[in-house]
Amino acid sequence: MQKRKPILLKLFENDNGGKYLFVSLFAIVMYVSFANLLLTQGSFFYMSTFTVTILGKYLAFALLALALDLVWGYIGILSLGHGAFFSLGAYAMGMYLMRQIGDRGVYGNAELPDFMVFMDLKELPWFWYGFDNIFFTLFMVALVPSILAFIFGWLAFRSRVTGVYLSIITQAMTYALMLAFFRNDMGLGGNNGLTDFKDIIGFSLQADGTRVMLLIISFFALFGGYLVSRFIVKSRLGRVCVAIRDTESRTRFLGYKVEQYKLFIFVVSAILAGVAGALYVPQVGIINPDMFSPLFSIEIVIWVAIGGRGTLYGAVVGALIVNLASTYFTSALPEVWLYALGALFVVSTLYLPKGIVGLASKVDFNKILKRGSK
Amino acid sequence: MIEQSNKIIHTLDDIKKGDTLLYLDGITLSFDGFKALNALSLTIEYGELRCIIGANGAGKSTMMDVITGKTRPDLGSVIFGEDINLLELDEPAIAEMGIGRKFQKPTVFEGHSVFENLELAMKADKRFFKTLFAKLSGNEKDKIYEAMELIGLKDDFKTKAGILSHGQKQWLEIGMLMMQDPKLLLVDEPVAGMTAGEVEKTGQILTDLAKEHSVVVVEHDMEFIRSIAKKVTVLHEGSVLAEGSMKSIQENKDVRKVYLGE
Repeated sequence: MQKRKPILLKLFENDNGGKYLFVSLFAIVMYVSFANLLLTQGSFFYMSTFTVTILGKYLAFALLALALDLVWGYIGILSLGHGAFFSLGAYAMGMYLMRQIGDRGVYGNAELPDFMVFMDLKELPWFWYGFDNIFFTLFMVALVPSILAFIFGWLAFRSRVTGVYLSIITQAMTYALMLAFFRNDMGLGGNNGLTDFKDIIGFSLQADGTRVMLLIISFFALFGGYLVSRFIVKSRLGRVCVAIRDTESRTRFLGYKVEQYKLFIFVVSAILAGVAGALYVPQVGIINPDMFSPLFSIEIVIWVAIGGRGTLYGAVVGALIVNLASTYFTSALPEVWLYALGALFVVSTLYLPKGIVGLASKVDFNKILKRGSK
Repeated sequence: MIEQSNKIIHTLDDIKKGDTLLYLDGITLSFDGFKALNALSLTIEYGELRCIIGANGAGKSTMMDVITGKTRPDLGSVIFGEDINLLELDEPAIAEMGIGRKFQKPTVFEGHSVFENLELAMKADKRFFKTLFAKLSGNEKDKIYEAMELIGLKDDFKTKAGILSHGQKQWLEIGMLMMQDPKLLLVDEPVAGMTAGEVEKTGQILTDLAKEHSVVVVEHDMEFIRSIAKKVTVLHEGSVLAEGSMKSIQENKDVRKVYLGE
């Protein structure tokens, strides 16, 4: 009898890039966590809480990029509205964090968040019910984006909207949501959004331990999302998806119901994006309608394009590198950053069709390693 | 839906050589006033290799579109087997029913290997949650190897379809059709752009196929048709102009008038 390989090894078959990436990410996350908690501030190896938090934010963004790569890289849906799913997950988590504030708000109202008191609301709007429970919230983090993705996808894919037209309506979707969330009477904080969070499941968000925990959770969420995505793209379903991406009509003729496949991938991707949003909020400390802006959604596409579309780990690499560069440039050379991002996008589209990881895979690492060991 | 398709496959299992497999009756279809098909009637028997010829615009491809459900006619009916009305079904359902089509331009999945192309084309439960957990059984693997043998691509099973030669792509596509285990194969211009050797091999593949399937070939290459055809149908301006053996077609007055202007 053939010996069965452990599932983890199977998922990383023919995926050296992913293997190296996650091993190094795990090492980095562990180092940053322990250096932050165990070393003193004066130490050379100390990692500030700011580093912990910003790394956590990058990992949340990396999960979002992964979600986009699943729909764009593997079934050819260029979504310019993935920020919407991210933001919905983020708002769901934000609502939970608002409820956790309790009576510690400026107005000291135990029942209502500050902005509601300010708006003269007498009682909690119905859709806020349940968000004081973390399990309900986590369920909503996945459910709300997936419902939007399901309805949107069902309508769009059934009418066989594809290509640029589909991209444009995904953008319209996130724009419409942005306008809706800007309104104060949505009951979600209007243009200020949700902020001033204090606790998460009873732990202070200001505490280093909580921050480190959130970073580690973000890492494992990204890892989990990666495994789910690998499982999908390695299955026959994954091969059908790539077939749809390359030649949709041919796939249809073979008897595959293309709409079902697109809808499935779109909904899974929306859930991953929602989870990413939920991880983003407690670490960054604010969610407002700006995250629904088409500009943010386009940025996600740029991360994936620069990292390398259709490779999964490329999307993660792209999100990490671009955001790292963004953090550096916006403080060191703020006026240059947008030009640099634009140039990076143009260069990668023109000269690196497979992104940074495409370039890296051309280099034969084994050869270099061998030469080094001699 | 499942029960229904099982029942239908069952009725087609009983079909014998010489029974009517496909019956087109009075198909009319116009695009902006131009009649692409004009009261077209045609019968295909089970186990038959039929060639269809006709000038550009005679309605050959449109007819294929109607049979596969890509286009709906304005008038007429299409009956498959004993009583399956194809006009009530959509493209995937028709494909599932046992009608496979090979396009003019070879459209294989270029990013996939030869093996994967055949795997994707294989008759199987094609609902998405089934494919998510699908595994190849030994039987299915055998079927794939059998098809690779027939189309002569056994040694190239790992090759990406995108880098195959034009002729190999055409064969791969015929192999993909076989994997669907169809009752009826529609083959659009199989030898366009092939070398003489490839043409010969294609003729062999199609003749082999016609032993267990009905095959309808649309082709311009008269030499090729002469080499494989038993029965030929000539289309002209959207309806059947003549039908019969290659010899009788060549002697037919109407055909000579249309083609040679005699």
